Amino acid sequence: MTFPSGTLLAQSALSGVFIGSMYGLLGMGLGLAWGLLHIINLAHFGFAFLAAYLCYQLASVGGIDPLLTLALIIPLFFALGMAVQWLLSRFSVSPLNSLLATFGLTAIIEAGIQYFWTADFRKLESVYSGQKLRVGGLFVPVPELLTLVLALVLGFSIWAAMRYTNLGRALRALAEDAPMAAAFGVNRRAHALLLAGVCGALAGIAGVCLALSFTLTPSQIYAWVGVVFAAVMLGGLGSPLGPVAAGMVVGVSEAVTMAFASPSWAPIVSFSLLIALLLLRPGRT
Amino acid sequence: MRTGHRFTRGLGVALCSFALLATGAHAQGTQAPIRIGSTLALTGPLAATALVHKVVGEIYVEQLNKRGGLLGRPVEWIVRDDQSKPELARTLYEQLLTVDKVDLLMGPYATGAILSAMSVAQRYDKVLIHHTFGIPSLAKYDKQFPAWSLGPDPANTVPTTVFTALAASPKPPKTIAVVTSKFPSVHFMSLGAREVAKKRGLNEVLFLEWDFGNLDYGPIAARIKDAKPDFLWVGALGLEGNQLLEAMNKIDYAPAEHFYMYPAPGPMSKSPLAKNALSMTMFEEHPPFTNAAGAKEFIDLYHERAAKAGIPDTSVEVQAAASYTAWQILEAAVRGTNSIDDAKMAAWLKANRVETIQGKLRFDGPSNYGDDLMRVKQVQNGRWVTVYPKEYAAPGATLLVQ
Repeated sequence: MTFPSGTLLAQSALSGVFIGSMYGLLGMGLGLAWGLLHIINLAHFGFAFLAAYLCYQLASVGGIDPLLTLALIIPLFFALGMAVQWLLSRFSVSPLNSLLATFGLTAIIEAGIQYFWTADFRKLESVYSGQKLRVGGLFVPVPELLTLVLALVLGFSIWAAMRYTNLGRALRALAEDAPMAAAFGVNRRAHALLLAGVCGALAGIAGVCLALSFTLTPSQIYAWVGVVFAAVMLGGLGSPLGPVAAGMVVGVSEAVTMAFASPSWAPIVSFSLLIALLLLRPGRT
Repeated sequence: MRTGHRFTRGLGVALCSFALLATGAHAQGTQAPIRIGSTLALTGPLAATALVHKVVGEIYVEQLNKRGGLLGRPVEWIVRDDQSKPELARTLYEQLLTVDKVDLLMGPYATGAILSAMSVAQRYDKVLIHHTFGIPSLAKYDKQFPAWSLGPDPANTVPTTVFTALAASPKPPKTIAVVTSKFPSVHFMSLGAREVAKKRGLNEVLFLEWDFGNLDYGPIAARIKDAKPDFLWVGALGLEGNQLLEAMNKIDYAPAEHFYMYPAPGPMSKSPLAKNALSMTMFEEHPPFTNAAGAKEFIDLYHERAAKAGIPDTSVEVQAAASYTAWQILEAAVRGTNSIDDAKMAAWLKANRVETIQGKLRFDGPSNYGDDLMRVKQVQNGRWVTVYPKEYAAPGATLLVQ
């Protein structure tokens, strides 16, 4: 093994930060729903890809700027998130069963995407596609930079809202002790619907970022599940910033492994890191 | 009088012809159809390419029935969705034989599913003609016949063809980087490329492997850029080639000469980043391939049907051609033996050559593979054109280097 050059190492680490922010952005809504609503929503990945395809359609066929598609995608996926939560709550689906039910929903979404857009690859060519900045000897692609900025802004905003607003406090109280929170006048049903809507909107935003940076194909939905789950578990359930930070740790560890050794070692390193951190972190039960 | 006689004779001929046609049509209409069973990955990760095989199969069966079917019987194609899962393909082939009771089999798409189908065909002693089997050494069953004309030792012959083409180019490479997915059917070819490159005196400056499904190509691109190879061999399957090209572009790097094993044909040729990218082919939409019997009609029909099926790239290239070839082999075997007896068909295929749109195929080599018919193609002006060997090159096309 030869030691990589400083530029190679820095460029690889930067690539890890960018892919990590994508893991984090995808994991943010998943982790919030898991931690605060006790719903393991696998359909979150399906929603993200559905949003990516909608963005592709609106931008490539409708000629709309991909970022402007957020104006439609955010409210639409907010409503979808609420609808799923309403259904799960209406039928009192348990956390484990929510995993199964939303897996089924993901399969339906995948089939729907394949029906409308076929299984063929779709690549969004937009004004942002080839843009990159040069910082010293490093190249910073604009679509990935947008993902990073969105992940950080959304992560901090949600964290602040959870910490400093009454709504956030109510949501945390519901997650900790729902009957007690209800006794203090917190409307569980309304708050759960609102949070599920936010998670749906986050999936929509992640989808737009996916469309900006990646070539789309329906079966790619599942390629993200393992590593995003790892980021969510590592970052902590119910935390908006945790998955972003953990995603970056996973992304950078994978990227640096690829710079030093064979890329096929990358998943071994990142998942070993996950196991080690889960075993060694303080307060584990 | 003479005119009246001629008229009567003409009327008689016309009536007889009509009667014969009607009888033929009636015979084809009343006889039980010959049922051909297969699976295709109509959903799942392989669905994009499997859709090509579905469209081609439908075209071929339609053409076959227009020609009167097989043995005077109409042909019915039963295709099931194996969801890109080899284990499901095995079950479905079992069902096709035991429940649907099909007369003949046609292979599924992709090496894994074909291996599964092969084991079922072997158990029931059926002929299995398949389109895209990538690892000939694994094809042990004596009644399987490939339409994917790689020859019996592609890990040696395919890279040899590529390096010979490059050696004849205006700027032969001196250094090589081999980067490859660990997907079995491309991985062994990439390992073969390393060996052949070594024998030919190319200096290997980088060798990397990644797991199929890798999401971050940034570090791989950075390492390629750092290694500065004259020639980049990419053992890519489907979208991986495009993903690597995009990652290299993000760090402002374009490889001097670059080869992709099994790229997604449409997305790669349409990508501006893929300028001068090389790959392998056995058929492209230009002479001399289009001179083959039936090729032009097939191409026109495929353009129309593929567009209707929502396939973004409607050009006929290796996948569609291999699929058409497989059906041609099946038809030739039935017509050659005048039966649907699997033993007779297998014996006939081993003893005879089959004229296809790829060229004349033989099945008398190891694992029933014949000649390696792979040629080198290149992305030029947004389309694939064959550039090597000269006799198969598109009119006026030569291998371009950056």
